Amino acid sequence: MNFFWDLFLGGITRGSIYALIALGYTMVYGILELINFAHGEIYMIGAFTALIVASILTMHGLTGISVLLLATIIAVLYSSAYGFSVEKIAYKPLRQAPRLSPLISAIGMSIFLQNYIMLAQTSDFLPFPDLLQEFELPEIIAEWIAPSEFMIIFTAAVLMICLTLVLKFTKMGKAMRAVAQDREMAMLLGINVNRIISRTFIIGSALAAIGGVLIGSHTGRINFYIGFAAGIKAFTAAVLGGIGSIPGAMLGGLVLGLTESFATGYVSSDYENVFAFALLILILIFKPEGILGRSSQQKV
Amino acid sequence: MKFVEEFKKSFFISLGLILLTFPIMVIQVNTIENVVVWRWRNLIFVGLGGFILSFFWLLFQKKKGDAIAQAPAGHSRLHRIMDEPRLYRPALIIIAFCALIFPFVFSHYQVNIMTTALIYVMLGLGLNIEVGLAGLLDLGYVAFYAVGAYSYALLNYHFGLGFWSALPVGACLAAFAGILVGFPVLRLRGDYLAIVTLAFAEIIRLVLENWNEFSFGPSGISNIPRPGFFGIKLTPEQSAIYMYFLLILMCIFTIFVIHRLQHSRIGRAWVALREDELACQAMGIDKTKAKLAAFALGATWAGMAGVLFAAKTTFINPASFTFLESAMILSIVVLGGMGSVVGVVIAALALILIPEYLRVFSDYRMLLFGAALIIMMVFRPQGILADRRKKYEFHKLQSGEGN
Repeated sequence: MNFFWDLFLGGITRGSIYALIALGYTMVYGILELINFAHGEIYMIGAFTALIVASILTMHGLTGISVLLLATIIAVLYSSAYGFSVEKIAYKPLRQAPRLSPLISAIGMSIFLQNYIMLAQTSDFLPFPDLLQEFELPEIIAEWIAPSEFMIIFTAAVLMICLTLVLKFTKMGKAMRAVAQDREMAMLLGINVNRIISRTFIIGSALAAIGGVLIGSHTGRINFYIGFAAGIKAFTAAVLGGIGSIPGAMLGGLVLGLTESFATGYVSSDYENVFAFALLILILIFKPEGILGRSSQQKV
Repeated sequence: MKFVEEFKKSFFISLGLILLTFPIMVIQVNTIENVVVWRWRNLIFVGLGGFILSFFWLLFQKKKGDAIAQAPAGHSRLHRIMDEPRLYRPALIIIAFCALIFPFVFSHYQVNIMTTALIYVMLGLGLNIEVGLAGLLDLGYVAFYAVGAYSYALLNYHFGLGFWSALPVGACLAAFAGILVGFPVLRLRGDYLAIVTLAFAEIIRLVLENWNEFSFGPSGISNIPRPGFFGIKLTPEQSAIYMYFLLILMCIFTIFVIHRLQHSRIGRAWVALREDELACQAMGIDKTKAKLAAFALGATWAGMAGVLFAAKTTFINPASFTFLESAMILSIVVLGGMGSVVGVVIAALALILIPEYLRVFSDYRMLLFGAALIIMMVFRPQGILADRRKKYEFHKLQSGEGN
């Protein structure tokens, strides 16, 4: 029972991170119909920025929550800036191009960012300071769950609720939904589509950066390549839940996290990524519209 | 002052880039020894580089806008050379001559590099069938390459199969793998296909890495025999030269097949499929069959290239079949011009040989490939040498003037 509970918690923790990254995929896909391959790299850059900021701050004697907060804020700012620039450089000039072009340019961006971090920083694994361990939970909860796991699940849940509220009730959220439904019509109604697209990228990148900080301090080490696997897995989560759907991404993330956790726990830990990728292929074959997605008919 | 606007803009862009890259480029932390290294010099590089790059970026973007406004792009100079028999025939003869004497003029090392480049020519041409002609973005092409390489290595290890019998077997197994992946996923839309192939390639690699009883894990398989030459024992130098000529022959064979395919019924069906899937279906082309054919044929070439690779290096392990390899082959196809045979050959040779000879670039190779993919898509999506459709034109008979 204890083993089961550990796996379950681990799965939910992982799943929350996947869900955070998957939100970026799903929002961009909803609006541009583009798989933003560079999204995993944005998450990785968020983790790296947080690591750099946190190390400098700890060397200057700060500790605890202030380090975590500052590192997260700066990581979010930088990742958003990267997300914004990526869209401006690699996707915006290709709005009218055939579908294959932005996809290839997205892959180029992903390779570029990976190698940029590798060359500018290091190709080795860097130890990430454990920023989440500082919290002290009430004893009743602490018996069941480690503080870092609790923090991850809690943060992810709060962020997702916030995002849902923003999309539902603010003017910007309304505009985003309108652009996702019909870009040209939204343009005719006076929505600045380019600005909405930029904001989508910024929000997605900010969520990914928070995911990066959380996973960094949870697993304790990062390198330039973490974005690749995380990116595919988050995409799997997005597809699993139905791409384009926000609650779908959250659900997909959790399902994927749990699947992975139980599969590695009960079957074999060597094939951790294989399970996720196989799940992706199976969903795409049997239920490409996902759990919560609507099936779309292609029209001329 | 023509470029004031661009100057101003690129100045601000470079400022933005400095801010953007500041923590990554300037600060390097060593968390073990608690030391922070500040590399201020990088700031200057980023600023200057960013300024120059964004200036040209803006300039080209403006130029591209003007060019579209003016007229559709005509034939390039290279195309005109290729159309003129008086020019391209001697050129072909010179190239053939150079290829023929190359191994006897240059050293063993150079021949080996050239052989590697030729393997990439084959891979590029194979992927070109999938991506260039049929428009199926395959990010897991390296999986078929791995299937080919491992089928030769394993068949040889367990059953002592020689190179020449392994070549068709490897090709068939790769084609089978292509159909296996292709069959269920080809119903999917283009971008889903990309991610499924990527996932498939990762699965293959992870299985090869972890299933020790089957594939000997990360340590790989060594002592794979080189191809035999009518039973004559060859020294390593001789067999390198033999390998080189074998690959030249294979490349010529590949080019011949693709050239024939391109203008055949199935080739035209692929191009139609690439341009508009729905219209293509409406014209009565069997979508699934055409896609499967493209997938299987592309995979066949990867399989053959894999067998050749295993025979050339005599050692393979899963590390040779990572996503980066797929990305490199894709860059070759994209840079060369999707669908263009000559373009892909040039791009493959350039992309493999330049980093090999200019060691300065080899660290930055993947960085530059990534940048090249973006730049090509933005400014020249047709590649360095665009593919041209065969056209049939009616010319009015020059009958008498007036009537």
